[in-house]
Amino acid sequence: MASASLWNVPELALTSLNRLIGNLLYIPNPILASPSNQKRPPQHIKLHYSSSTSLLKKQMAEEVILLDFWPSPFGMRVRIALAEKGIAYDYKEEDLKNKSPLLLAMNPVHKKIPVLIHNGKPVCESLIAVQYIDEVWHDKSPLLPSDPYERAQARFWADYVDKKIYDLGRKIWSTKGEEQEAAKKEFVESLKLLEGELGDKPFFGGQAFGFVDVALVPFYSWFYAYETCGGFSIEAECPKLVAWAKRCLLRESVSKSLPDPEKVHGFVLELKKKYGVE
Amino acid sequence: MAKGGEVKLIGGWPSPFVMRPRIALNLKGLEYEFLEEKFGAKSELLLRSNPVHKKIPVLLHADRPVCESLVIVQYIDEAWPSSGPSILPSDPYDRATARFWAAYIDEKWFPSMSGIARAQGEEAKKAAIDQVVEGLSLLEDAFGKISKGKPFFGGDTIGFLDIALGCFLGWVRVTERTQGLKLLDQAKVPGLAKWAERFCADSAVKGVMPETEKLAEFAKLIMAKFRAPPPQ
Repeated sequence: MASASLWNVPELALTSLNRLIGNLLYIPNPILASPSNQKRPPQHIKLHYSSSTSLLKKQMAEEVILLDFWPSPFGMRVRIALAEKGIAYDYKEEDLKNKSPLLLAMNPVHKKIPVLIHNGKPVCESLIAVQYIDEVWHDKSPLLPSDPYERAQARFWADYVDKKIYDLGRKIWSTKGEEQEAAKKEFVESLKLLEGELGDKPFFGGQAFGFVDVALVPFYSWFYAYETCGGFSIEAECPKLVAWAKRCLLRESVSKSLPDPEKVHGFVLELKKKYGVE
Repeated sequence: MAKGGEVKLIGGWPSPFVMRPRIALNLKGLEYEFLEEKFGAKSELLLRSNPVHKKIPVLLHADRPVCESLVIVQYIDEAWPSSGPSILPSDPYDRATARFWAAYIDEKWFPSMSGIARAQGEEAKKAAIDQVVEGLSLLEDAFGKISKGKPFFGGDTIGFLDIALGCFLGWVRVTERTQGLKLLDQAKVPGLAKWAERFCADSAVKGVMPETEKLAEFAKLIMAKFRAPPPQ
């Protein structure tokens, strides 16, 4: 069977792959086939005992897939949003050194994770995906406030997080000396600004956990790595922000979506070795 | 008078980012006071209203500031929902698509555009131009899929993505002129080339799109400043 060549063809859109499957005379039946003598397809292609593409499409209805990478703070945002809404989804771990044909087909412009795939249609860019989730599943746990001015403030601060935190954090673990000191300084300044914006509110959105909280809290899982690589304490500099993060972690949607900070630190150490950073 | 209070916009005539909320306000038929910033010196009001980035545009609605051009455009759409056409599409997936391409334009395409003028040497310049052309080809493809035969990305009327991209047309023309290029080439990007003409002719855009001549003069000014040796 031509399965080997099919699965390895890069950049093949899911729909054309479905059409190819539909035209095959034989499709492996996961019920009858025993795992040992069947070449199992990659996890991202679900096969069903059917040769009709329309039935395949129907079985994909209301299907939510998330292409992700466990340490990615951007991926964590989407995980949190999906969990807040109670949406069941298929989590697909990507190997970024060997990106799947599905990822390349669903995000041809950036070839990056996370990608949310809803009923076969991709939504790329984490904050766009979070807004999409909020708008489609609008009857539960709203993430954006309803007042237009407050929505504008939420979008502004989420955008600020995007502009600052990831890049500065990256500089902290990947540079040394003066460059690292400058990055640490600016990073702390940015967090202090966010701390100021939080004020005495439990969450950035006020009483309710919301959009800016989702945008920022994933980076908390990277704080231990930043602190260890940079030789500083974020809690000492921004105690209120760390308290806020711990408050967010009391929510299951957050605690289940963030990896163990020690694991993240281990991952960063591997990256440092790979990029030859002392 | 705008509902809920006075509307002011802090900006500058050459800025494509400032043009975005101006087009949105025009689409909604809203009156506003345009507070022109002097190039090279930021006003007290600007620094007070946008302490985080200290940049234009800033919308002031009943003295409450909204910053970041695309955040402002969405705010205008949501604060005046029954005035004029909807700027963002109504379907969540279409909204996500519009936001995706607007983010692409801001994060990838526009920086590659300004990269052309900044490029040092022939090779770097060619590489920068190739990047812009590649981006335009992606946007041409997107236009075909999103407009579905209608005149604009937004359909029958100008929408979010039209505003996000169209605001750069003045600068595209300046780049074409100063570099001797044809970026909106009828042969390569026919959909976008025709869309550009329709966009610039639209009543919401005409009054706020600067003349290419004026913009080219302004470009010379800032390039001179950019290339000038740092003060002692």
